Amino acid sequence: MSFIRQVLSITRMNLQSVLQRSGASIVIIVGIAGSVAVMVSLLAMGEGLSSTISNTGQEDRVIILRDGSSSELSSGLGMQEVDIILNSPGVKEENGDPLVAGEIYAIIDLKKKGAESTSNLPFRGVQPTSFRIRPELEIIDGRNFNTGTAEVIIGKGAYDQYAGVEIGDQIKVRDGFVTVVGIFSTGGDVHESEIWGDLPITQNIFRREGSVSSAIVRLESKDTFDDLGIYIENYPSLELRVLTELDFFDSQASGSDLIKIFGQVVGYIMAVGAIFAALNTMYSAVSTRLVEIGTLRALGFKGSTVLVSLMIEAMILAIIGGLLGAGIAFVLFNGYTVSTLAGGSFTQTAFAFTVTGEVVQQGMSLALLVGLIGGVFPAWNAARRDITEALRSI
Amino acid sequence: MKYWTIVKAALTRKRVRTFMTIASIATAFLLFSLGRSVAVAFTNEVDYAGKDRLIVSSKLSFTQSMPMAYANRIQALEGVDKVAWRQWFGGTYIDRSNFFPKWPVPESYFDIFPEYIVSEGGREAFSQNIQGMIAGADLAEKYGWKIGDRIPIIGDIWVKSDNSNNWEFDLVGTFTNENGGAQDEAYINWKYFDESRAFEKGLVGGFAVKIRDPSEAEDIAKDIDALFANSPDETKTSTEEAFSRMFAEQVGDIGFIINSVLAASFFTILLLTANTMSQAVRERTNELGVLKSIGYPDTLIMVFVLMESIFLCLIGAAIGVLIAFALFPFFSGVAYAFAGQVEFQFSIVLSSIALALLTATISGLLPAYSAMRLNVVDALRKN
Repeated sequence: MSFIRQVLSITRMNLQSVLQRSGASIVIIVGIAGSVAVMVSLLAMGEGLSSTISNTGQEDRVIILRDGSSSELSSGLGMQEVDIILNSPGVKEENGDPLVAGEIYAIIDLKKKGAESTSNLPFRGVQPTSFRIRPELEIIDGRNFNTGTAEVIIGKGAYDQYAGVEIGDQIKVRDGFVTVVGIFSTGGDVHESEIWGDLPITQNIFRREGSVSSAIVRLESKDTFDDLGIYIENYPSLELRVLTELDFFDSQASGSDLIKIFGQVVGYIMAVGAIFAALNTMYSAVSTRLVEIGTLRALGFKGSTVLVSLMIEAMILAIIGGLLGAGIAFVLFNGYTVSTLAGGSFTQTAFAFTVTGEVVQQGMSLALLVGLIGGVFPAWNAARRDITEALRSI
Repeated sequence: MKYWTIVKAALTRKRVRTFMTIASIATAFLLFSLGRSVAVAFTNEVDYAGKDRLIVSSKLSFTQSMPMAYANRIQALEGVDKVAWRQWFGGTYIDRSNFFPKWPVPESYFDIFPEYIVSEGGREAFSQNIQGMIAGADLAEKYGWKIGDRIPIIGDIWVKSDNSNNWEFDLVGTFTNENGGAQDEAYINWKYFDESRAFEKGLVGGFAVKIRDPSEAEDIAKDIDALFANSPDETKTSTEEAFSRMFAEQVGDIGFIINSVLAASFFTILLLTANTMSQAVRERTNELGVLKSIGYPDTLIMVFVLMESIFLCLIGAAIGVLIAFALFPFFSGVAYAFAGQVEFQFSIVLSSIALALLTATISGLLPAYSAMRLNVVDALRKN
């Protein structure tokens, strides 16, 4: 009991004098806050990108590509192959229609707001069933395009990033135009970075008459995946690859995992730098307080209580630094939307930085680690110092 | 260095602190080196772009194909020297992780890129062997390819007329890039590609145009686009530099953020270091006063303090750059996904030295100046 009382009273005394020693404390807090802010921002970027990409997938939706293709952009199927999929078992039917859609996935070059050169905006040609397969799609402004016309709708993410895509604007494609008639949301997934138009018009624009990039299917339930897979695999001379949307978008999100690893690597390297700086500051902070510590020891306080209370002080500074760093990252970046060529693909994906609880937790662990290592050696050093030597250091 | 003893005494006064200061400076430079290599990667291709080359792609998107017959019409324009074309092949060599660009091209493509030095007899063999492939030296080294090897590629975009996507090419030559640019691409015989593919025969992905006078680049680019204006296949012609920059800018947002975050971390650590430095000088006020009282001039005192901080920064920077160099193989793997191929460039060493000197001056100047201005009596009294 007396141990805890001693620790508490020394800690209280330390904390009351923190303001007088504000220089040293600020150095520690700044160092830790910097490391945490850097790590949290980079992790939030990776988190935002990966959740945008992998949120797109649902377990009862399937994407079918040509065998050998790993992305929609490089894949191609004939319309007759889509017809075969229509008759496959395991596919959900609604009002007698199998929920299968052939879609074109291509790129048009448009300028982002304020940009000099163009960026690669994904253009998806869809069938009416595409909307029934993705009920999460919602027109948030304007209206949907009319089938058979050169009208398009644009995803919220692309709308925010690109210039000349207001409702009513015309976008030049080849020797004609398509007109933007609406803006859609799909709950923050990759489709919001796309423009959607009617399939036959899109095939015409990209000269892909009679073919599509991929087929998308809604299953009766996730358990009927094998029925569809086996049917397609055994169908004579059909070279297709069937994968659940979850698997597909996971494979597309691999780039964002690397961003997260990069964030951790940079965060930890920086933490090492912050540890050295914290050690330096704590050592000199402790050495200027040697007399004080010696006095406490002479009064009968134990070395171990001095050690523990110095550690508590270091950890409190670390927590303040960590919260400050995470707060800076949150205020600067949370919800900040950027767009990039994601995951090694050729198309732009817009995503928002997401400072999640897990990200903050990683940042705080880093802060505590710096506080622990930066505090323990100087504290240890001070606690085992000989009392007379400490008192003599005036 | 007759005053080295004094500087050394200052540095060894508190060895632990000197060690930790050097260590935190080293960390800052480790981050700087890694960050610079990513930044260089974003602008790399742009640096190597030829000033006398234009790239023609479809205005709709660079992935759209155009009629090969455009080549003759471009060739006929005033100021155009040579025209060749290429197509993006995509595809996979054994495993998806082995990604490298592959382009079907005519042999004349190498006339437009004279910096590609093709191995002896490679170009002749490329035009004779219909399945010929010329690969960058780095690529051949990475996969252990030798001339005469058969390289299998699984097509993703391109299927053969028999609906198979198993392509095979014969390595007939390797090339090095005289400019120091990329050596990790492969070129395959256009004729074989065009004859074998199932669709888009006679269409090309883009043209590379060599012009006679680089100063006419913009005018010729406009002339080319005017040729095909209002046709179903409009073109967008830009200098190779602008074309490369388009890609660099598209990754841009992320590159910019990573760089600013790294810069922020670098400066945080330097701030801490500068603080330690001034603290170290403050503690020595008394000693500096002694030096002054026995006759050392003020400016020399200032030089001592500056030399101390220059020494710390240079050693720290050297250690940081060395660690970055040692960690580089691991780091480049992590950075590949968003920055592409990153290289450790000699320029990083040079800019680190410059930055180390700058940092030393900035963080040492204030303590050095206050040391210089010290009043001997005050300094000696302070204890």
